[in-house]
Amino acid sequence: MRQGASIHDYDWWLLITAYAICGIGVLEIWSATHASHLAGMHTHQMYWILLGTILMLVISRVDYHRIMDQAPVLYLIAIVALIAVLAMGHTRFGAKRWLPILGGFLQVSELVKLIIIIVMARFFAEVRTEELGLGDLLKAAAVIGLPLVLIMRQPDLGTALVLVPLAAIGAYLAGLQWKHAIAILALAALMLPVGWHFLKPYQKDRVTTFLRPEDDPRGAGYQILQSKIAVGSGGFWGKGLGNGSQNQLGFVPVRYSDFILAALAEELGFAGVFVALLLYMFLLLRLVQNAQRAHDRAGMFLTMGVAAVLGFHVLVNVAMVIGYMPVTGIPLPLMSYGGSATLFVFLALGLVMNVRIRRFVN
Amino acid sequence: MPVSFQNDKRMPQGRLAVTSYVIVGMIALLLFGFWRLQIVDSDRYAQLAERNRVRSIPIIAPRGSMLDREGRILVDSYPSFSVLLLRDAPGQVERLLPQIADGLSMTLDELKQEIDAARAMPKFQPIIIKPEASPSDIAFIESHRGDIPVLEMLMVHRRRYPHGDMLANAVGYVGEVSAEQVDASDSKLKPGDTVGKAGLERMYNDTLMGTDGMRRVIVNSIGKEVGRLEQQDAIPGKPIQLTIDYDLQAVADSYMADKEGAVVAMDGRTGEILAMVSRPTFDPNDFAVRIPTAEWRSLNTDPRTPLLNRAIQGQMAPGSVFKIVMATAMLESKALPADFTAFCPGHADFYGRIFHCWRPAGHGVTDLHKAIVDSCDVFFYTIGQRMGIERIHDYAVGLGLGRRTGIDLPSEETGLVPSEEWVQRVFHHKWYAGETISVSIGQGAVTVTPIQMVRMIAAVASGGELLQPHLLKNFTTKTERFPLSEETVEQVTQGMYGVINEGGTGASLKLQNIEFSGKSGTAQLMSYEAGNRMGKKGKETNGWFVGYAPRRNPEIVIAAVVQGSSEHGGTTAGPVVRDIVKAYYDKKTGHKDQIYTVKDKRPEILPTSVNDPTLANRQTDLGQVGGQGAPGIANPKATR
Repeated sequence: MRQGASIHDYDWWLLITAYAICGIGVLEIWSATHASHLAGMHTHQMYWILLGTILMLVISRVDYHRIMDQAPVLYLIAIVALIAVLAMGHTRFGAKRWLPILGGFLQVSELVKLIIIIVMARFFAEVRTEELGLGDLLKAAAVIGLPLVLIMRQPDLGTALVLVPLAAIGAYLAGLQWKHAIAILALAALMLPVGWHFLKPYQKDRVTTFLRPEDDPRGAGYQILQSKIAVGSGGFWGKGLGNGSQNQLGFVPVRYSDFILAALAEELGFAGVFVALLLYMFLLLRLVQNAQRAHDRAGMFLTMGVAAVLGFHVLVNVAMVIGYMPVTGIPLPLMSYGGSATLFVFLALGLVMNVRIRRFVN
Repeated sequence: MPVSFQNDKRMPQGRLAVTSYVIVGMIALLLFGFWRLQIVDSDRYAQLAERNRVRSIPIIAPRGSMLDREGRILVDSYPSFSVLLLRDAPGQVERLLPQIADGLSMTLDELKQEIDAARAMPKFQPIIIKPEASPSDIAFIESHRGDIPVLEMLMVHRRRYPHGDMLANAVGYVGEVSAEQVDASDSKLKPGDTVGKAGLERMYNDTLMGTDGMRRVIVNSIGKEVGRLEQQDAIPGKPIQLTIDYDLQAVADSYMADKEGAVVAMDGRTGEILAMVSRPTFDPNDFAVRIPTAEWRSLNTDPRTPLLNRAIQGQMAPGSVFKIVMATAMLESKALPADFTAFCPGHADFYGRIFHCWRPAGHGVTDLHKAIVDSCDVFFYTIGQRMGIERIHDYAVGLGLGRRTGIDLPSEETGLVPSEEWVQRVFHHKWYAGETISVSIGQGAVTVTPIQMVRMIAAVASGGELLQPHLLKNFTTKTERFPLSEETVEQVTQGMYGVINEGGTGASLKLQNIEFSGKSGTAQLMSYEAGNRMGKKGKETNGWFVGYAPRRNPEIVIAAVVQGSSEHGGTTAGPVVRDIVKAYYDKKTGHKDQIYTVKDKRPEILPTSVNDPTLANRQTDLGQVGGQGAPGIANPKATR
């Protein structure tokens, strides 16, 4: 076993891409907030990035097999944390998502996402058969189902939904059979009307407005409409950084966070969006490549779990900005302002680095 | 350390490759979405963004004021605020309605009515839901900018008629432009504009009405103004100076206050109207905000027709005043000798019917002079029969009756001078000779307006100068000539002098040192048809007095008519004519203090005009209204 991974073993292309996205994010956070009472947010975001980088380096040094060994313990911690946040969490924006930790507030579901990536990787890596059996599938559903329900109770539908593609990609790579896939889809379709009843009124609003935004241009549909106006009015070259009226005058909702891409699209135009999306594509493809070159199945599942979660974030967030999906409150990885979310992404990238620097082991 | 999941090298390379394609496909799909919004529909969204960002607030141009001949204000404007509702956010508006209604002290129904009335207008156009905001409304809007962002205030200039109903029928009133007016205006007018609807307000609307300006401001997402793009100042309307003499107007007004009828005073040399009264009347201030429908209906359907300007639209039988036309016709046509006499026993028989003189005892042997002075009916019956209707018609029309005078007011009426042709055309029968007898004393089918009477008397006394009466000081008069011989003029004016100064029907009106002349008239019905229809024949009378001074080439000519009284014209209408003549001479000779007027009743004249440029530029910032105490109640005196 080769001792100690060298600095060259890190995926520098991946890191450069990630920091490029972070840079665009910081720039746009600055632009969106510099003229308001939120001025200074971009500095905070840089601190988060710095802290995230350190955590990434730390987590990359601990052999991922040892981390995966602790999967059951981590899982337990996740469940306890989720119950704790429901019991005594801090309510912000109408949802209980934060736990006071180290003098700040930690968005527990971000931590849970990370743990579930590890748990899922461990679970699927233990499947020895070529094809995924029904028993394994049901077990996977149970493992993911508990935290999913707990997160939905916060309520945080967006994060809860993230767990679904995570499990889906894992199952797919572990040899999901087509008949099972079709059965699951059919079941999901049947469950849709039932699930509807469990949605909170505001969640139903978001879905209905998404389907018919014209009905309520000031209520829930307002956000999507304003986002689309911001994006559309940006044109090809954009209005210039700091010049987006939709952004600067506050028409774009949470323009420094969930809707940051709308602000960017308005100010930097299609050209800016094109660059940003290409960066995300490169980042995701790079993750897949790392999975392909992983030392073993465990590393592959870990890396692909990260890819699934990040990819889902990008898809849902960007689709929301252009009105292709309802408002879910999922941030854009590395670009949206937010401590917990940023730390999560860097920790996840730490896991990927972890796998990468050990690809030549043995 | 045999961990179960380690070192399993089986890699699902195929499925991993598929995820790569999925990623590329996903990004491509998202880029396609951006391409559609940012490239294909970019213009549309750019417009929407602009509409979000920019709010256009009209700056209403103040309307020009109206001044009397000495520069005293008769009509002006004052700044006030209207409450605007921004409706581009329908869901929000619906939700806030109860709160808005409460805050503006309106009922929810009233508010909904206002909104329903504007259903057809484009959503982005704000509507006025309360035309005149009270100080508490303004405070409400200011303090709820955050939670009720759909309310806005608009500074407007409200029309003010400081003297209330004085001169109302001549001045007219303003109102919201009608759809037809907008269509006919060649896009100079737009819906919502305030325009003159009647009287001088309508006649000189183009001058009085300014051009509205526009302020384009940048607002943020909660509607707060954060910047200003451009401002196009309003061009205030121009003031107009009228020929009205406030002092004479006040004399006429106070006399007519409780009467029904009209008074017109004109400068006999220029055609300038010095005073014009029509009663009953209305208060044009009621129209300055938005007149309630009920009130409008009552004004319109009131049988006493307060909106009718009797001075130019009241068509009434002239009664004995018509005898001046008869006398002129007799002398000018030479159909009868100038020294023609008739014997008046108090009545006369024509075509088998008895026609009475107003004085049952009769006037005895009567020549033209005596006939005018004492208004002998039998004399005029006789000359009327001798001259025939056609000759009477020609002279009446020649002296301006039966046609418009051309005064600068809309909707002037013509009156009627009957003729054989007219009877044939309208009633399809031949002229009854007996009708000529009635017409000879200004009864029967003949109707006139007070303004026609003024013009006719002025023409007779000046040798045939038919002036075009006008209210605008700076007016080019068209004078029409209907030449009368010196003898005719001398004889007829001597007669009218005698009416007052030789113990005639106006003897009680005599004025010291003034050649006050005139002719009374007491017409027995409002008009040929109306009288019959109303069955009031012989009961109610219209009392006329037409007076002027001096006897030849008059400086001032006045016609007054008091309707619905049973008294003689010299008694009912004479005093106001005398008072105006006296007031005119008192002013002229410097005895201003003696002006025959009720000084205490005279409203104080505001010292400033709204056309004062300092006021026009005092466009209050909408966003700063709250800090100004009681905005909208600007004290005009403070601007000097």
